[in-house]
This record gives sequence, structure tokens and C-alpha cells, in this order.
Amino acid sequence: MTYVAIVDRPIDPAALVRRVGGEGDGAVVLFLGTVRSRNEGRTVTAIEYEAYRSMAERVLCEIALDACRSYIVSDVAIEHRVGRLAVGDVSVAIAVAAPHRDDAYRASRVVIDRLKREAPIWKKEEYAEGEATWLSGVTPAATGTSAGTSATAQGTDGPGD
Amino acid sequence: MRVRALFFASYREWAGTDALELRLGEGATVADAVTLVRRRPGLERIPESAVVAVNEEYAPSETALRDGDEVAFIPPVSGG
Repeated sequence: MTYVAIVDRPIDPAALVRRVGGEGDGAVVLFLGTVRSRNEGRTVTAIEYEAYRSMAERVLCEIALDACRSYIVSDVAIEHRVGRLAVGDVSVAIAVAAPHRDDAYRASRVVIDRLKREAPIWKKEEYAEGEATWLSGVTPAATGTSAGTSATAQGTDGPGD
Repeated sequence: MRVRALFFASYREWAGTDALELRLGEGATVADAVTLVRRRPGLERIPESAVVAVNEEYAPSETALRDGDEVAFIPPVSGG
């Protein structure tokens, strides 16, 4: 089962964890991305996140479903926050439940890596000097999200889907 | 045909708006939409190779557009 959402309120990691896992699962991996105070030598005071919300949810949903197909995982839940975040705030949370930890860790890693390459989400850093700039970012492949997934597909139907 | 162009992040700031209506000839492609948008003051900074999503899916430049399509100009992404 998958759950994805772009949210404009603080992320509650415990609530996200409660969305995943069942009696057949022996592992839950939670990844949190947080706003750090330094980037490329500059002091960051806040980050403004923006998303093409409907498409971002669509892309995240596809990434989550692909993870369920490629690894033996039961549930993937993803929340990404938009709006103005302070240092230390959680910008993204990914919870993965699986029968065994190895698949949970691997799937979690693939989900965050693909999110950063494919989801139409942007961040503008605000610095201590008062300046603000959109990060240069990654150019997504114009062929779409499906092209990047075939290499990892192993044909395992997500148990518990 | 008419399509709705959407702009985000840096492109939105350059455009001074988050959406514009574009008028294109029949048979127009994503590349034609990019060319048209780049004629607008401020938006010449959008690269010719800009990534575009049509109706929420990434679309290569040769993709044919249809009346009513939502054509989003996607700057390099930086979520996470």
C-alpha cells in the first residue's frame, strides 16, 4: 500500500510511521530530510519550498509503486512539505515497511534518490546576509518517470498491496 | 489552439506570473510552446532545452500539443 502527500503543515513523522507496516513486517525504515544551517559555505536561515503539487503527488505515487514492485516491501508512505521552513524543520519524510530490513533500507534509498531527481519541487534558500536564491537543482529526464524505473524492476508484486 | 502554460520557482519569478494562455497553430509541439514563451520579456532566460510537462507528465520536445493542454515549464528540480 502506498500513501503520498504534498503538505503545507509540519510533518509528523510518528503519524507517517503509523501508516505503514503490519503483522508480516519485521522492519520499518523512516527517512527524514531536514533543513540544515549551512550549504556550500553559506549560512542558511530558512528554505522556501514550492511544488507543482498535483504533478508532484503523481510522480511520488509512481515512485512509491515502483518501490513496491522492485523490492519486497509492504508499504511506502511519503510526505513532502512546502512553504517556508526553518533550520531543523522536516522537509520530507519517507516510511517503508517490509518483512526484512534489507529491502526496507534499499527501497527507502531509491525513493529519496528518485524524489530528488524527478519530483517537480523546488527550494529557495535564504541566507544570513539577507539574500535568497533558487538552488540550481537537477534537470529531470524529459522522457518521464517511467523510463528511470525499468532498470530496477524485478517483477516482485508488492506483498500487501 | 490554446494551451495553459504554468511557471514555477525561478521561471515563475522571471515570468512575473504563474500562468499564461498561449495561442499556437494546429500541430504545434512542446518545442513550439518553448519558442513562443521565450519571446516574452524576462522569459528569454528559459533555456531552449527547458523541461516541460504536458498534463502532469514529462514530455519530450517533439510531443504534439492539443487544445486545452496544461503545459508546465519545469526548472531543474531540488526537492528533498
